[in-house]
Amino acid sequence: MLRRLGTWDVLVIAVLAIVVIVSSATVEGFASSRFWGFLLLDVIPIALIALPMTLIIITGEIDLSVASVLGLSSAVMGQLWMSGVPLALILPIILVLGVVLGAVNGLFVTGFGLPSLAVTIGTLALYRGLSYVVLGDKAVADFPFSWTGNMIEALPGTTIPWVALVVLALAIAFGVVLHATPIGRALFAMGNNDQAATFSGISVAKTKFWLFVLTGAVAALAGFFWTMRYASARADNGGGLELSVVAAVLLGGVSIFGGRGTLVGVMAGVLLLITLRNALQLADVPADTLTVVTGALLIISVVGPNAASMIRARLRRRRPAVSPAAGG
Amino acid sequence: MNAPQKNAPLRSTFPRGPRSTATKAAAPPPTRARGDVRGARRLFVVRELGIGLALVLLIAVTTIYNPRFLNAQSRKDLMLGATILVVLAVGQAIVVITRNVDLSVGSVLGLSAFATGKLFLAMPDAPIVLALFAGVGLGLLCGAVNGALIAIARVPALVVTLGTLYVFRGIDYSWAAGQQINAADMPSGFKRMGTQTLLGVPVLALFAVAVLVIAGFYLRSYRSGRELYAIGSDPAAARLSGIPVGWRVFTAMAVSGGLAGLAGVLYAARFGTLDAAAGNGIELQVVAAVVVGGVAIFGGSGSVYGAALGAVLLSTIGSALPVLRIDPFWQQAVVGALILAAIGLDRALTARIAGRLRGRRARGA
Repeated sequence: MLRRLGTWDVLVIAVLAIVVIVSSATVEGFASSRFWGFLLLDVIPIALIALPMTLIIITGEIDLSVASVLGLSSAVMGQLWMSGVPLALILPIILVLGVVLGAVNGLFVTGFGLPSLAVTIGTLALYRGLSYVVLGDKAVADFPFSWTGNMIEALPGTTIPWVALVVLALAIAFGVVLHATPIGRALFAMGNNDQAATFSGISVAKTKFWLFVLTGAVAALAGFFWTMRYASARADNGGGLELSVVAAVLLGGVSIFGGRGTLVGVMAGVLLLITLRNALQLADVPADTLTVVTGALLIISVVGPNAASMIRARLRRRRPAVSPAAGG
Repeated sequence: MNAPQKNAPLRSTFPRGPRSTATKAAAPPPTRARGDVRGARRLFVVRELGIGLALVLLIAVTTIYNPRFLNAQSRKDLMLGATILVVLAVGQAIVVITRNVDLSVGSVLGLSAFATGKLFLAMPDAPIVLALFAGVGLGLLCGAVNGALIAIARVPALVVTLGTLYVFRGIDYSWAAGQQINAADMPSGFKRMGTQTLLGVPVLALFAVAVLVIAGFYLRSYRSGRELYAIGSDPAAARLSGIPVGWRVFTAMAVSGGLAGLAGVLYAARFGTLDAAAGNGIELQVVAAVVVGGVAIFGGSGSVYGAALGAVLLSTIGSALPVLRIDPFWQQAVVGALILAAIGLDRALTARIAGRLRGRRARGA
């Protein structure tokens, strides 16, 4: 497993470039700036949630409840708006909600020592259930245009939504923290070996707790964006999004066992996933069939490096390979 | 050390995640007193009894509230409602016991259900047995794909089955291309199987019972069944002790796929009307049932009976809430809370067993 970091990133970026070039040449409308504006709007929520998800998976944990946090914050937004709370006040409330939901995950995982896979499958159901309790099957859609329009506003003279720049700034911040600070080193250390990290003075539980809190807050923020973008607060907003996020992160070369991955790779993974999907959609491939692409990409992204390293190991010399166990 | 002995059941080793450092130190020594093992086993029985008790309590409260909850028709509905989830939960439990997971079961179910419909459209006179074989065969094939990717390509099950969840569903969608198969197109004999009862028990539910009993017997009494627990407890140790880990995991995945295929045929028989979305999202319910039923998510402990009880409990909650006049919107939240409670309880039980074994050892030494 001592693969050199970076090879996979380059590969994903190369594939992304090929997809863009081929699609521009063959799919009508792909090269238009309007299409890219819409594409970036699709990228934003997944890219946003993928940032903290990358950190969590690198520490060897996982958070499957993100889409439900998104849905619950959307539902709460709708309910608050119906009872007359102004949006400027709703935004901080939603953020606090995300912090609380993330803290619940963190408490179960680090406080009670439960596996994050099981905990967040539980809260996936719980939070989604609560969003139905809050809003039922209603849809709240009478948000003021001053907010909904502003949220998808493009930068002057371009079709790039300004929110995409915010996500980019966040991505750079996350990347710096992950790859150039002691905190980032600690995250990798935890993912490689929890106990060794503990013995080297890293407070594993505390760090993981705050990571879950961060993920909750960011997912809630994504919920705010989602609701504004589609101008519709619904309990089922973002249903199943957690799978796309995890798929994108793994596609970006992050190991599901933790301890390996780069943020550049993840962002390339997110872009590749969405670009491929939207390009095929533009080429009139039915939307439902596109799920095959997501799944196949995910499988290839993990089988590829594994097969490559197995072949390489066999070529070099025959050494008994100790493979890590399956699981979260 | 190869053959698991009757008195030293492998299930009494503790579920260990990569990060549960607390229980790691408590790995049982090779020679331990019988009483400790019996005590540990008793706690696991308590765990399954607990689920059973919760189920009885739920049914009792609901029946007191509205006696019609347990009349003949409603009983039949309850059993039918649980059937598909039980079949899937048994397959899932087998996989989870080996410290893997199968998230693709919902998609396999959908594919198999649609294939059953297509089969009867093409051959209205086809015998039911053929549909069963076709569904199970298709499921086995899907499961074998999962198993091969996990065992040969050494990719974690979570990722593989997350991928095939999309792939199988996508194949289902492109095959169906928006087509819907109506109950009217199904042969009446097949539809009758969905409603028939035998001594008050729906025929479909009998399938689930048969699957449960066979799987339960196999896991308990066969060497290869015990080896599944060993693999889930410690894959590296299992490999070192000569267990063909890859082959066993492959088989477990194939069986889970086959059972999902069977569930698809049962789904077709029960509902008759089929589109490509059958069983969409059911995988989370199945994993929930297994976890609620006391199968540790990191393998090595639990039983298919517990998983089946968990499935019955979840589906009964779904039927009981409207009777209790609780907003059905609460159902999913209740399921979520139940999962958290179940894994919390499991952790507490494990800690107790660990403490008990450690205490005995200290005194005995």
